[in-house]
Amino acid sequence: MLGNIIAFKQYSITKGMFGSPWAGFTHFERFFNSHEFWRLLTNTLSISFYTLLASFPFPILLALGLNYVKNERFKKTVQMVTYAPYFISLVVVVGLLFQFLDPRTGIVNHILGWFGVDPINFMGEASMYQTIYVGSYVWQNVGFACIIYLAALAGIDPSLHEAAVMDGANKVQRMRHIDFPGIMPIAVILLILNTGQMMETGFEKILLMQNSLNLRTSEVIDTYVYKVGLVSQAMNFSYATAIGLFKAAIGFVLLIVVNQTAKKVGQESLW
Amino acid sequence: MQQHSTIRESGSDKAFTIVNYVILSIVLLIILYPLIYVVSASFSSSYAVLSGKVWLWPVEPSLDGYKAVFKNKNILTGFQNTVFYTIAGTLINVIMTILAAYPLSRRDFNGRNVFMLIFVFTMMFSGGLIPTYFVVKELHMIDTVWAMLIPTALSVWNVIIMRTYFQTTIPHELLEASQMDGCNDFRFLRSIVLPLSGPILAVIALFYAVGHWNQYFNAMIYLKDPELYPLQLILRDILVQNEVKIDMLGDVKTAAARQGLRELLKYSLIVVSSVPLLIVYPFVQKFFVKGVMIGSIKG
Repeated sequence: MLGNIIAFKQYSITKGMFGSPWAGFTHFERFFNSHEFWRLLTNTLSISFYTLLASFPFPILLALGLNYVKNERFKKTVQMVTYAPYFISLVVVVGLLFQFLDPRTGIVNHILGWFGVDPINFMGEASMYQTIYVGSYVWQNVGFACIIYLAALAGIDPSLHEAAVMDGANKVQRMRHIDFPGIMPIAVILLILNTGQMMETGFEKILLMQNSLNLRTSEVIDTYVYKVGLVSQAMNFSYATAIGLFKAAIGFVLLIVVNQTAKKVGQESLW
Repeated sequence: MQQHSTIRESGSDKAFTIVNYVILSIVLLIILYPLIYVVSASFSSSYAVLSGKVWLWPVEPSLDGYKAVFKNKNILTGFQNTVFYTIAGTLINVIMTILAAYPLSRRDFNGRNVFMLIFVFTMMFSGGLIPTYFVVKELHMIDTVWAMLIPTALSVWNVIIMRTYFQTTIPHELLEASQMDGCNDFRFLRSIVLPLSGPILAVIALFYAVGHWNQYFNAMIYLKDPELYPLQLILRDILVQNEVKIDMLGDVKTAAARQGLRELLKYSLIVVSSVPLLIVYPFVQKFFVKGVMIGSIKG
């Protein structure tokens, strides 16, 4: 935390954290003026928006569907299987993507081949990067995210359903008018909370999926910080820290704004 | 409700039920298929995998991939390291979390709101990658086992979950009664609080264990010595960077066979690295709801 002061300094290893001369806001200015800035910001925001929007509806739909399954065995099986990917490591998930999407040996291109489509180098297409990222994210997380909605559905007063059945409502109507409003509050809270976390992109996974061909759409602030600060030949700790701090600051403001909004809407907030 | 709906299952409800089952089955298949494919591919022959003959069941069954995996020294070392990091790390995590969460759950703990605020603040506003790296470096933990255990010793999120659990399930009267009987705080924690917190301990331990088992990034930036590498880092080299060394493949001669075994090795490796967690989690699954629900309630 305190280490963040090097964002305002010209850090040199020999002089240490406190001995290095002050640099004011020069690192921040340099970042805002650099040609990387807008690309990093748009990539960061578009990946998180995309993830947010795509990962929001699926767990709800899954939970609504599961709620009407009477066959306990089937229900348990679906739950067990959909939770499973959550426990698979990111490295393996990305490895799977590479295996399946490989232009020569991957199964996806084999299947496309049956329909006469030429092999596509999915991981090399910058335009597909974000969709692949979000798709695999949903695949991995939909089951686990649905737990909370299932719990909320279980908490809905059964007498509402009984009354609706008496009045001749069918299942679709009950789902639409009882279950859906019933889980709306929790859905809204989760959506708001996730918005607050927007600057926190899935850094580790993005980094794993990156290659020089898709860099145009895959470079986000976090990966850039990592590269500038720890990987590149001419490491620039101060510059990287400044960028990281900028990101953390935006995220913090976002979280506070979002939390205030949540309070206004009358929902429970984070604090 | 059960009764009513069986009596009055109308036409539209029947249609709904059928559509619902069909959609859920499709979802099931989409999620399950990649997993089945990997397992099948790992048991097939390398030729079948390369030529795309495998699509559901193993074709020309063979164990070549697994033989290559278990012959490899790096993978075995990585496996041992990961097991060690997971067990030691989870132990540290759980102890630290209990010790942080329990005091914060006590109403008679002066200044607990201040401590809570400090904890939560670190959750909102993290130190950032580079400063964290410097802290670890200044503590001389680079390239030691500790770099894998200490920086992740505590997750504030789990502290909050645990604190909320303690607050909601351990009645204050219990504490008063034990204090009357001359029980001190440590004894109370050990003999009364912990035995009552089985489910949450299981969930939290599982979350931590999963984190350790799947950790690669800290290892990547903090560790230089290959002897300390966890399995995930080796997986990353093989699966993502596609760096399969020739000697991993043993005495295979032709280039085509080598290429085939390389792909096969990847599938087998995925299975070997993922199976331990996939075996463990169903046992803890029934507690998930509790852990997730508490986590979502205001901290």
